[in-house]
Amino acid sequence: MGWETWFIVTLSRTLAYGTPLLLATLGEIYTERSGVLNLGVEGMMIMGAYAAFSTAYTTGSPWLGIMVGALVGGAFSLIHAFASITLKANQVVSGLSLTMLGLGLSGVLGRGWEGRPLPVSIPEITVPGLSKIPFLGPMLFEGQNLIAYFSILLVVVMWYILYRTRIGIAVRAVGENPAAADSLGISVNKVRYLCTIVGGILAGLAGGYLSVAYRPAWTEGMTGGMGWIVIALTIFAFWNPAIGMLGAYLFAALYHLSFRLQPWVSPELLKAMPYAFAILVLIAISRGTLQKKMGAPAALTLPYSRSEE
Amino acid sequence: MRGIVKRFPGVVASDGVNLGVRQGEIHCLLGENGAGKTTLMRILYGLYQPDSGEILLAGKPVKITSPSVALAHRIGMIHQHFRLVSTLSVEENVILGVNEGMGPFLRLGKTRKRIAAITDEYGLSVDPKAKVWQLSVGQQQRVEIIKALYREADILIMDEPTSVLTPQEVDQLFATLRTLVDDGLTIVFITHKLNEVMQVSDRVTVLRQGKLVATLPTSQTDKPSLARLMVGREVVFRLEKNPPQQGEKLLQVSRLHTLNDRGLPALRNVSFEVYGGEILSVAGVSGNGQTELAEVLTGLRKATSGRILLGGKDITNRSAREITDDGVAHVPAERIKMGTVSNMSVRENLILKDYRHPPFSRGIFLNYKKAEANARRAMAEYQIAAPSDSSAAKLLSGGNIQRMVLARELSGKPRLIVAVHPTYGLDVGATEQVRQVLLRQRERGAAILLISEDLEEVMALSDRILVMFSGRVMGILDAEEAEAGEIGLMMAGVQREGVRR
Amino acid sequence: MKKPSLFRVERRPTLPGHVVVLVSILAIFAALVAAGIFFQAYGISAVRAYQLIVKGALGSRLGLAETVRRAIPLLLCGVGLTIAFRALFWNIGAEGQLLLGAVAAAGVALFSGLPDVLLLPAMFIAGFLAGALWGLIPAVLKARLGINDVITTLMMNYIALYLVEWLIHGPWRGPTMRGFAYTDKFPSAATLPTISWTRIHWPTLLLGLAVAVLAYVLITRTRAGFEIRVVGENPEAARFAGISAFKTTLFVMIISGGLAGLAGVGEAAGIHRMLLGPTSISMGYGYTAIIVAWLARRNPLAVIVTSLLFGVIMSGGDVIRVSLGLPFQVINLFNGLILFFLIGSELLMHYKISFSFRRR
Repeated sequence: MGWETWFIVTLSRTLAYGTPLLLATLGEIYTERSGVLNLGVEGMMIMGAYAAFSTAYTTGSPWLGIMVGALVGGAFSLIHAFASITLKANQVVSGLSLTMLGLGLSGVLGRGWEGRPLPVSIPEITVPGLSKIPFLGPMLFEGQNLIAYFSILLVVVMWYILYRTRIGIAVRAVGENPAAADSLGISVNKVRYLCTIVGGILAGLAGGYLSVAYRPAWTEGMTGGMGWIVIALTIFAFWNPAIGMLGAYLFAALYHLSFRLQPWVSPELLKAMPYAFAILVLIAISRGTLQKKMGAPAALTLPYSRSEE
Repeated sequence: MRGIVKRFPGVVASDGVNLGVRQGEIHCLLGENGAGKTTLMRILYGLYQPDSGEILLAGKPVKITSPSVALAHRIGMIHQHFRLVSTLSVEENVILGVNEGMGPFLRLGKTRKRIAAITDEYGLSVDPKAKVWQLSVGQQQRVEIIKALYREADILIMDEPTSVLTPQEVDQLFATLRTLVDDGLTIVFITHKLNEVMQVSDRVTVLRQGKLVATLPTSQTDKPSLARLMVGREVVFRLEKNPPQQGEKLLQVSRLHTLNDRGLPALRNVSFEVYGGEILSVAGVSGNGQTELAEVLTGLRKATSGRILLGGKDITNRSAREITDDGVAHVPAERIKMGTVSNMSVRENLILKDYRHPPFSRGIFLNYKKAEANARRAMAEYQIAAPSDSSAAKLLSGGNIQRMVLARELSGKPRLIVAVHPTYGLDVGATEQVRQVLLRQRERGAAILLISEDLEEVMALSDRILVMFSGRVMGILDAEEAEAGEIGLMMAGVQREGVRR
Repeated sequence: MKKPSLFRVERRPTLPGHVVVLVSILAIFAALVAAGIFFQAYGISAVRAYQLIVKGALGSRLGLAETVRRAIPLLLCGVGLTIAFRALFWNIGAEGQLLLGAVAAAGVALFSGLPDVLLLPAMFIAGFLAGALWGLIPAVLKARLGINDVITTLMMNYIALYLVEWLIHGPWRGPTMRGFAYTDKFPSAATLPTISWTRIHWPTLLLGLAVAVLAYVLITRTRAGFEIRVVGENPEAARFAGISAFKTTLFVMIISGGLAGLAGVGEAAGIHRMLLGPTSISMGYGYTAIIVAWLARRNPLAVIVTSLLFGVIMSGGDVIRVSLGLPFQVINLFNGLILFFLIGSELLMHYKISFSFRRR
């Protein structure tokens, strides 16, 4: 294999593997921006994956499957929203239990579904015309599916909403200083519920992508810790959708390279990189103005109630 | 506002207040801390609901159930602690929560034009694209004003707007306020500084202990009479008190400087002495450096320069632990947030500082038998009412918590006692007891530094009175000769002739 | 209250111990009922499932033994977590700290060349130190730079996981293992004795019980425990009393990480007798221990009971996995449900509901 082909395949696979990471990270960025830490990404993803697969298998429509996956992810996130926003329970514990519950529930529900191939999966498409572009064509416009392109579109849209619309300003205000938002008539709980649900829908979508598009099959625990990479990526992205895209593809490339570079670099150590990066990023932005510019939303994990000071 | 009553557990924060504000005036609300100024305005802004009474706007009764309703009635409020989102830009803060049609989309061009119009008209220059955390406090306040004007507020409530500003910024603010009222706005200005009332207001309303004392045109009054109205009775009650037995010089503070949490100077060149057997009170309106003074003296805040000598030994910038061991007791202002651990027992709270020393400590272990005996004794001596010495401190009433803190802090027979607002929020009985305890310590020969905003208390307890204003010592008066009106003026930053500095 | 109502809800000023126990038991019961309803809806007889669990995990000598051997790592990790949680340090990283303990034990067992008598003690010491070190990193990051402890401890778990993967695939792969990703078997002097016919490595069990008692004494009877509680309950009061939050944080994480490390030594030297895949070493003990400590209300002695309870769930889960053909993940279903019902009950616990039929 020439280095050109090698390069093309690597980037093409990066795009494919990066897509679920990107989708779930976008969701978690919104959730955390509103001040809610949801450690249940892994659980929501696997529930989405299971729901998408079983629906696609039963109805024969992978698109319906992936939509059901997104809905189930969103519904599942409601449990966390209720516990952490309404009951003001500890977000860490609630998120962890969401992950456990998702893994457990999907494992039991999916018992009979293992090893069945999906007759119709979401097709890989070749963009006519564009794929003829030398080098870039096969890299970006061949053998991808629509969801990959959709996720890139989503980056633009979600970035725009977060930074350039009234909604985004409200989301950031609620995560940063809920008391200020509240004093201007913004419902803190409503914003947080919606952002948590957005996170759930996108995690469910990411799971659905895995089970009906990326590798059209169902295996117990098939998300394999991707949800935790998403948590790391959210930090790595400084809670910014655009950097989130960069990070998702970077981590996906690392993942892919961990197989390719096996003779030279240990794949296990490459796989540990995302997690180490996340810690390094936190150290790098822990001081002074960087904390303000790129740090975590100030009210992250803090429940809000209007107190009479 | 008619007959406004608002009760909080234990206090009536607003007691049948009738406040009338005319359109196009600057109306000052004057009163000491806890007089009910802020409560009254929070009711007007919809943050609190009154227990009774009604609000009339231009003659029509209105129900203001939340800040959004207040905003819809074109009432804006600028809180003492700004409600800004520091990571957002100025323009984002301004449009936060404003609905201008266009759904979620912004019309930044139009927004910027409107902001520019406001800033130009009223001289509120601030970069609309700057992030709020990059701005100075004065600039942040301008953003708050712009926010209110952008929402087309007709009535603007400002809660102690000058407390965080430099003198230059204050002048600028006052000029802005003048232009605003010239344009027909109405401003309610909460303050406890007499200078400001005289300088800026058209009319002034004085509140004391939740009651409205008087509403006067500013031109028909002067600082001394306002001070009298604000502080209350001219003659304050005296406690039975033996003549001072001044002992040795126990605390000497010289040229002390420190910074507050925002990194701005909080103490400037503060020097004084406290002798054994005397109570030196620090009088002043809150936020003038008293809290920081107590923290520097007890090792909880670093001095940037200056020296603190305790009985001749330099304790400047030593740790809280070392200073405690040197015989300094601290009755903190935040008696619940700082002075107690609510979920731990009375017994354990009573040894919070002494747990490292015998008899409570035995090697690496704690001696709970001794702690229990200690608790029994302290509860009897200080009349701490608690279900038992093993019940959690959070079950105690405010007065009993303060008794517990005093019992702990005074148990080691300290040489110096730093007591901050020791009777704030306590009922009459507890207040009386706390004062008696302090007097007993004085008789024992301890040096007592009493920081209080309650002028009656200061006058009644102290031997000497130090008045602080904006981090400086305005003067030290002999309590026998001091007069409330004079102290009130000094607290408000008016320099007196012939006062020792 | 304006309207007369049938019942009143009041906030309890304090939580009496029996209420906590009662509500916790109710929460677990509710979670089990929920799981049962789920099984039933799924076409598995809930009664039969629970019969199997009880019989399998408690009804036979072997089942009981499996329950106890599952409880050992939960006990050690759980006790450590109660101490970290007391100081309000969110250690989600027991899983990684446990793995590091196993790694250290394997390192000593395979490569130290120590005389046989010293081997096991050295493994325990090394395991404690390795776990403590893994816990210290997030502790320092939080105490010095204010970095969120939840995230760092969580990330450290995955770094530990891939470290183990790397070791067994790379430098430590056993030459005698025919290409499998294991280290060599430990020498017999580096393995823990077990109660005959069971997998209960009793030295670790005794260690765990002793540690639970010692931790209880530490928290309730010593100066250090007093400081830990003050820092956890009210950091401002700690500052006021001159207690160093930095030292306290480091101290609790040395203990918390170290105890998880000991659990790792136990699993490596008592069960597997080699270092193997991280998910085989641990099976999520570090995460389950969070529930164990939470349910024990941060009381180290209560961890003895709660770790056994989750031992039942884990070994019971094993039984129904085999008999009913359910996946291994069924354990997570129980864990997740119990945890949720516990959080839900938290709020309930703080309110007293009293019924009254008189108009007020």
